[in-house]
Amino acid sequence: MQENTILSCESLNSAVVKFVIYKPAIARAAKAGQFVILRGREGGERVPVTLVDWDSEKGMITLIIQAIGKSTSMFNNLQAGECFLNIAGPLGTPVEIKKYGTVAVVGGGVGIAEVYPIARALKEAGNKVIAVLGARNKELLILENEMTKVCDETLCATDDGSYGLKGMVTDAITQLHARGEKIDAGFIIGPIPMMKFTSRLMDKLGITPYASLNPIMLDGTGMCGCCRVSVEGKVRFACVDGPMFPSSTIDFDELIRRTSEYKAQEAEILAQYKKDHICKCGLH
Amino acid sequence: MPNPSAPRNNGSQQEPEVRKHNFDEVARTFTKQEALAEAERCLHCKNARCQANCPVGVQIPAFIALLREGKVGQAAGKIMETSLLPAICGRVCPQEKHCEGNCVLKEKFGAVNIGMLERYTADTARKEGLLQPPQTAPKTGKKVICIGSGPSSIAAAAELARAGHEVTVLEALHAFGGVLRYGIPSFRLPREVIDREIETIKSMGVKFVPDVLVGATYTLKELLAQYDAVYVGSGAGLPTLTGIKGENAVGVYSANEFLTRVNLMQAYKFPQTDTPVKIGKRVIVLGAGNSAMDAARCAMRLGPDAVTIAYRRSAAEMPARAAEVEHAKEEGVAFEFLLTPKEVLTDDAGHVTGLKFTRNELGDPDEKGRRRPVEIAGSEFVMPADTIIVAIGQRPNPIITKTTPELKTTSRGVLELDEQGKTSLAGVYAGGDIIRGGATVLLAMKDGIEAAKRINSYLEGK
Repeated sequence: MQENTILSCESLNSAVVKFVIYKPAIARAAKAGQFVILRGREGGERVPVTLVDWDSEKGMITLIIQAIGKSTSMFNNLQAGECFLNIAGPLGTPVEIKKYGTVAVVGGGVGIAEVYPIARALKEAGNKVIAVLGARNKELLILENEMTKVCDETLCATDDGSYGLKGMVTDAITQLHARGEKIDAGFIIGPIPMMKFTSRLMDKLGITPYASLNPIMLDGTGMCGCCRVSVEGKVRFACVDGPMFPSSTIDFDELIRRTSEYKAQEAEILAQYKKDHICKCGLH
Repeated sequence: MPNPSAPRNNGSQQEPEVRKHNFDEVARTFTKQEALAEAERCLHCKNARCQANCPVGVQIPAFIALLREGKVGQAAGKIMETSLLPAICGRVCPQEKHCEGNCVLKEKFGAVNIGMLERYTADTARKEGLLQPPQTAPKTGKKVICIGSGPSSIAAAAELARAGHEVTVLEALHAFGGVLRYGIPSFRLPREVIDREIETIKSMGVKFVPDVLVGATYTLKELLAQYDAVYVGSGAGLPTLTGIKGENAVGVYSANEFLTRVNLMQAYKFPQTDTPVKIGKRVIVLGAGNSAMDAARCAMRLGPDAVTIAYRRSAAEMPARAAEVEHAKEEGVAFEFLLTPKEVLTDDAGHVTGLKFTRNELGDPDEKGRRRPVEIAGSEFVMPADTIIVAIGQRPNPIITKTTPELKTTSRGVLELDEQGKTSLAGVYAGGDIIRGGATVLLAMKDGIEAAKRINSYLEGK
C-alpha cells in the first residue's frame, strides 16, 4: 500500500475528524507526546498534528484533527483511500513516562485527543491516572469512552453544563483537591488560556504542571526557531525541546502574542477556501 | 589566439528597479557570443591557479577550451568529471575567493568570468540535450545512506553512485536541496535549476526519500544496521539568535525562518500558497553574511519602505559574496556598520517598534584575523523598525548527535572527524555544515566528494 494513505476517517463532531493512516516508519517509532507535520497539497502549509495512537505491527497511525483554518479544513475533507501529500515524524521530545504517583491528565477540546496517549502511557507505567476533560458543550466533548478505559477516574466539565460539571477544568481540579485527592503531577493540553490558568492553579495546589505548547511551526525539526517559547526565562524550541514543558514558568502571554501573528492572513485564506469549496458532505 | 586584454564581461542583470519587485533570476546567462568572447580571454595557463584553487578541482582551462571549440556538451562533461552540480556552482560559488580570485588576468584586465562560463556551459548543454549523466561503475551490491539532500549530501551521493553503490538520500523536509531550497532565494538560484541537478543525480540511480528525519524517524544506528555506510550531511539547521532582550517579540525572525517562509514555502506567492510572511515598513537585518544578503533582498521584494543591514564590524569584514553585497546595494538595501544590537523595543501589544544599538570601533584582530568590534561608551541609539531579521549565523542541527551519543562533537555541536575524515562511529562519515558549523555550498560539496572517496575505499575493504 502507498504510504500516507487514509485507511479510515470518522467525524467525532462537526469540526473534528479521526484519521487512521498507513505510515509504517512513524508507527514503529512513535512515543506519547510526539507529533507529525502534515501537508495536504503542493503549496500547502506544514501543519503540526499530535500523534493520538499508533500500531507498529499494522503500520498505522491515528490523528485527530480539528478544522480551524484552511489547511485543517482541507484535511478534514479528505476521504478514506486518499493520501496526505507529506507526513514527517515522529517529531518532538516524548513525554517522560515514569511513576509520578497520582497524575491528572487534563484535556480541553481537541486537546483531549492529544493528551490521550499520555494518559495511556502513564497508566501503563503504574500511575493512578485521573482524567479531567473539558469542552464548551456535550457535542464537543470527545473520546470520553477511550479515556475512561485507560484512566482510574474520568471527570468531565462543560462550559454550558450540558454534560458533567458546569464549569471549567480548573473547577474540576479544585473539586478533586477539595475531596482530598493528592495529585503529584498534571499534564495539560488545550487552548493556551486554559493551559495557563490550569498551570497556575496546579502551582497553587502543589501539583507539578506540564503543558504541551502549540506555537506556529514551519519545519518542525529545530531549523527555523519560529516556535520559540520562554520557559524558566530561557528560549526553547517547542518542536524539538518540547512540545511538553514544565509549565510553572512558561510565558503564556508571549505564546499568545506569537501564535496570533498571522490571524488576519489565516482568516483571509480560510474565507477564500470556504467560498471556493463545495463541501462533499452536503451539510454546510 | 587568446584575447586576454579584452575587458572582462561581468554579465548583465535585470535592472535593479525592476528586479526588486520580482523573484526572477537577477543575473542573465551569457549569450553564445558573450560566452565565446569571454572564453577567448582565457590564457590556458599550464599550472592553472584557478583550477588549483577550486575546492572541487574543476578542470577550468580544459572546459573553457572545449567551450571555445563549440563543444558545449563535452565542456559540461569535463566539469562534471569532478563536480556534478555545475549549474548551481556557476551561480552561488564565491568565485572571487577561489578560481577568479587567482586568475592571472585579475590585476591587469580582470579575471576571466569563470562563474558565468560554468553556468553558460551547464545551462546550454542541458537545454540542447547534450548533458550526459555520468557513467556509473558496475554495481557493487553495497548500500549507502546519505542524510540530508543539501549540497554536501547530494555531491556525496553522486560520487557514491558513480562508484556503483546503491545510494539512498533521506531528507527531513518535503522538498529536496537542503539549504539550496530553503536558504538561497530563487532570484539567485531558480528552483528549476535545483530540480534539474537533482534529476541528474536521480538518473544515476540515486533514490531520494522525503519526510525522514534521522534521529526521529530512524536513529543513525538503525540505519547502520541496514546499510554498509552512512554519510551525514545534515547541515547547519539551527539558527543562532542574539540573546538580547525582546528577541521573542512579534516581528523578529531568524534568517532561517524568514528564508524558509519565502523560499521553501513560497510565502511571496501567498494567498496562492498557504504559508504567509509579514514584512513591516522598516526592516533591519542583523549580520552581513550570505544569509543576511539573501534575507535583505527577499525582504526588499516584499515591498517595505526601507531595508537596512546592520553589521557589528566594518564593510571590509563582511563575509558575504561580493556580488551579493553589490546586488543588495543596487536594489536599495542600506548598510550601517559598526553597530551592536542591544535590545528589541516593542509596543504594548508586543510588536517590534525599534532596535537599540551601540556604536563600535575596530579593535585588535580576532583568531580569524578580522578586527574585533569594541563598543564606544555612551553611543546608544534607537533605529525604528517593524521587522527584524537575525542573520548572524547557523550551527549544526543537534538531532542526530543528540540521539547518537557515540558521535563526538565539539562544544558548539560540530561533529568531530579524525585524521582520516571519519566520525567516531565506524562506517559513519560526515561533511558540510555539520562539521563546519556554517560555511558555503562549495565547501560542503567538496566535503561530500572527499567523504565519498573515503567511503569508497572503506567499502572496498569491507
